[in-house]
Amino acid sequence: MKEIVIISGKGGTGKTSIIAAFASLAENKVLCDADVDAADLHLITKPEIKEQHDFESGHTAIINQDKCSECGLCRDLCKWNAISEDFVVNPIECEGCGVCCYFCPEKAIDFPLNTCGEWYLSETRFGPMAHARLRIAEENSGKLVALIRQEGRKLAEKRHINLLLTDGPPGIGCPVIASLGGATAVLIVAEPTVSGRHDMERVVELAAFFKIPAMLCVNKFDLNPDMTQAIESFAKEKNISVMGRVPFDPAFTRAMVQGKTIIEFDGGSEGCKAVKNIWKNLAQSLEI
Amino acid sequence: MIISIASGKGGTGKTTIATNLAVSLKSDVQLLDCDVEEPNSHLFIQPVIDKVKTITIPVPEVDMKKCSLCGKCGEICQFKAIVVVGETVLPFHELCHSCGGCMEVCPEKAITETGRELGVIEKGHRNGLEFVHGRLRVGEAMSPPLIKKVREYTRPNILTIIDAPPGTSCPVIASMTGADFVLLVTEPTPFGLHDLKLAVGAVKILGIPCGLVINRSDIGNDQVKIYAEQENIPVLMEIPFDRSIAEAYSRGKMIVEVIPEWEEKFVKLYHQIKEIVSSNNQGQLP
Repeated sequence: MKEIVIISGKGGTGKTSIIAAFASLAENKVLCDADVDAADLHLITKPEIKEQHDFESGHTAIINQDKCSECGLCRDLCKWNAISEDFVVNPIECEGCGVCCYFCPEKAIDFPLNTCGEWYLSETRFGPMAHARLRIAEENSGKLVALIRQEGRKLAEKRHINLLLTDGPPGIGCPVIASLGGATAVLIVAEPTVSGRHDMERVVELAAFFKIPAMLCVNKFDLNPDMTQAIESFAKEKNISVMGRVPFDPAFTRAMVQGKTIIEFDGGSEGCKAVKNIWKNLAQSLEI
Repeated sequence: MIISIASGKGGTGKTTIATNLAVSLKSDVQLLDCDVEEPNSHLFIQPVIDKVKTITIPVPEVDMKKCSLCGKCGEICQFKAIVVVGETVLPFHELCHSCGGCMEVCPEKAITETGRELGVIEKGHRNGLEFVHGRLRVGEAMSPPLIKKVREYTRPNILTIIDAPPGTSCPVIASMTGADFVLLVTEPTPFGLHDLKLAVGAVKILGIPCGLVINRSDIGNDQVKIYAEQENIPVLMEIPFDRSIAEAYSRGKMIVEVIPEWEEKFVKLYHQIKEIVSSNNQGQLP
């Protein structure tokens, strides 16, 4: 089983548009949307949900006002100042550590399990897909990312499919770290801007930290050819293979508006040709 | 007043708006870059950094000479960050949320605090503008505690502009909580709209007034505007796609540096926000 995870560091560099194009190009694969915070891949793949499950993780304290003696111990112990003067827990601030609940002399604090989202197994015109939705303002996105990748893998095994294409989240924190473990390789989508370069360098460092092989492509490369060159040189210095360049092509946005991949929308577009080339290089180097 | 600049979707132009707004206002303003995973504002502001501080959070250290292996620390920990294995206690610092439960519960007082490095906070300035950002250590998973540390630099009685991270989960909430206004930056595409709706949901949970900046306003379709009208969210600024702006951005230049006329528009944006916030506050008076 091989898994390619697409990450970028910086948001909005084109991860989802590129993985959607790969969905059109790769033959047998399971799609996995690990950007559970702001998942967008389903807007293109339009999944038909076959299974839906609650994602339960973490706890939130709730003070039972009838039992509370207002001794104030919980307020003293809470490191998040999540308990108000009149002993009500703010669920947004509550970290779910359970310290208040453990020490409450009146046993007045409940500590129920949270339902923080849903996850789905679906069918799409590109094949099976595992995806999820974290509820707004919820925590534990890293755990949901890990879960969705594990479910994607199980689905692939069941169908005898050997490839997992995973759309990763932006950043370098908890959900990104959760999207890396056990991946065959990451494809970093960079954009040739000062921000894009800065963020790419940090995500390269992250992949190295977790010893995941990294590959790179530059999107909208013609916005700043010198910066593209600089990014590619940096990658080569770090032994990261450069898979190709994608030009700035308004066809990507037009395809998105129609809910299509660039391959489906305009097979003759420059964007389409570029992504095809990247996929060819990627498949070759990973022996897919 | 605190204005937090958020978006849901990444790459819509949060940093562009935050930096241009901050430099257009000239005085009594500070910019806090709370996108600590991938901070970018400094690339445009190019501040002179005069203070660098390493930020750590407390994690447990166990004195095995005092430990009686009772296991209470492992029992209280919700994050599996400390476990008794055979004759020893293993703390897993990277999993620790610093709740202090293990230290509190240990009957032998065998657990003391040591630190885990979250990253650094750098403080500086450019002309009259005060600048602070956090940089999460590569490999560190938890950004909210560092974001909270950055926000401790908030000064009352001046304008605080916060550049928030993308998404809608805990790091975004940590960057919006307590703000007087959330300025949502979006692009008029299906991805932009989808993630904007999530961001609006988060702002509503926090009960903060919000407004919209539509970036690259002439690409995509008109669904974002239709949504804004339905939801009664004011569109405060529209920035059409301009290849010269995009190219300047790629080199680290702000819009107001390339097209100085935009400065006036950013000042106007600020006054519009100020008006909304003050009328909102009046509405809350008894």
